Amino acid sequence: MARSVTAVSVAMLSFMASCRPTTAAPPEPTQIAVKDFMFQPASLTIKVGATVTWTNKDDEPHTVKSDTGLFRSGAMDTNESFSFKFDKPGTYHFTCSIHPRMTGTIIVQ
Amino acid sequence: MSDDPAIVSRRNALKCLAYGGAGTLFVLSGGVFTPVDLAMASDDKMGVKKLGKPLFVQISDTHIGFNKEANPDVNGTLTQTVALVNAMAEQPALMIHTGDITHLSKPAEFDLAQQMLGQLRTTEMHTVPGEHDTTDPTVTEYFNRFGKPSDNRGYYSFDHAGVHFIALINVLQFKPGGLGTLGHEQLEWVEADLKGRSSSTPIVVFAHMPLWTIYEAWGWGTGDSDQLLGYLRRFGSVTVLNGHIHQIVQKVEGHLTFHTARSTAYPQPAPGVGSGPGPLKVPADQLPKMLGISSVSLVKHPRSLTLTDSTLA
Repeated sequence: MARSVTAVSVAMLSFMASCRPTTAAPPEPTQIAVKDFMFQPASLTIKVGATVTWTNKDDEPHTVKSDTGLFRSGAMDTNESFSFKFDKPGTYHFTCSIHPRMTGTIIVQ
Repeated sequence: MSDDPAIVSRRNALKCLAYGGAGTLFVLSGGVFTPVDLAMASDDKMGVKKLGKPLFVQISDTHIGFNKEANPDVNGTLTQTVALVNAMAEQPALMIHTGDITHLSKPAEFDLAQQMLGQLRTTEMHTVPGEHDTTDPTVTEYFNRFGKPSDNRGYYSFDHAGVHFIALINVLQFKPGGLGTLGHEQLEWVEADLKGRSSSTPIVVFAHMPLWTIYEAWGWGTGDSDQLLGYLRRFGSVTVLNGHIHQIVQKVEGHLTFHTARSTAYPQPAPGVGSGPGPLKVPADQLPKMLGISSVSLVKHPRSLTLTDSTLA
């Protein structure tokens, strides 16, 4: 496990070194906890280019599914995460496909 | 009150069912299916055998892949369930799985579930998917394995021993708020499927999520099921089965009998208790009483009883 993480990190570093402009630091990742059958927070405002990470804190699996089909996680078991990078401004609604009464919104500015 | 020993036995069996047990046997009497404890059916302590020939066994919510505290050994409890069915002196011809075969829709979970369910002596297996079986991003793992009878649509019908069975899917789209949905296309298909059938044909309809509203706030219902039930009301005997809520709830409405099955994996809280319908942790010695299977029997010579004589409510 440690070895593969290192390999990925090296690959990412070389990718960033070769491709990314060096002026702007990448935006801070943003977290949403999935806990007690709720997305917490249920609404989140982020900047363009930010990555949102959802982490399941329940004993029950959850998913993150965009209403428009833009993103869809598989089932996240306890403590598993899913991330998506938002490249365009807009309002993005999502649900858990296992418990569709769980809803949330990402506002990208 | 009748002196018929079979009727007395059925009352006793239902009384026992009310106090829990390993599973449930359904018996068709007077054209209506009645649930009876499966453990009793296995050894026939209560004369259940007199009531009829086993027709099918219902297994639900096996959640293969679940490994949390509520039941760290879902493989073991499914194996016990399979053994209980296999121990029945007279085997039911069919097994119906009402969904959530797996916990996370993973290929390895499906493979293991298929292997374990394959140990059943019943010759024919029918399934509908639960929402836990359709969480893979492409929604293909379930259909690759179980999609053939329905041409990958998820709904189909078949006949066995004079009973018409209808398998429905209500976990792919949801109403705002979380109720399941059958959808226009599927409902049209049901209407056409039932057209021209005699009203005396016993009907068994099964889906994963309840086809009647049990608790809307948790999505324990199907938003457009009223239309479906409308098509079914002219039939003299309709049994509507589902899983999803991991506990037995039963209702009789005219000729329609609704029955939700226990899970073989873990119990869930009663409607509205706690933050949501997650695994319910109970003391280890209590767990077997809260898991189970249902099985359905068909009586060869229907009696004049109706199920309303003997509901658990």
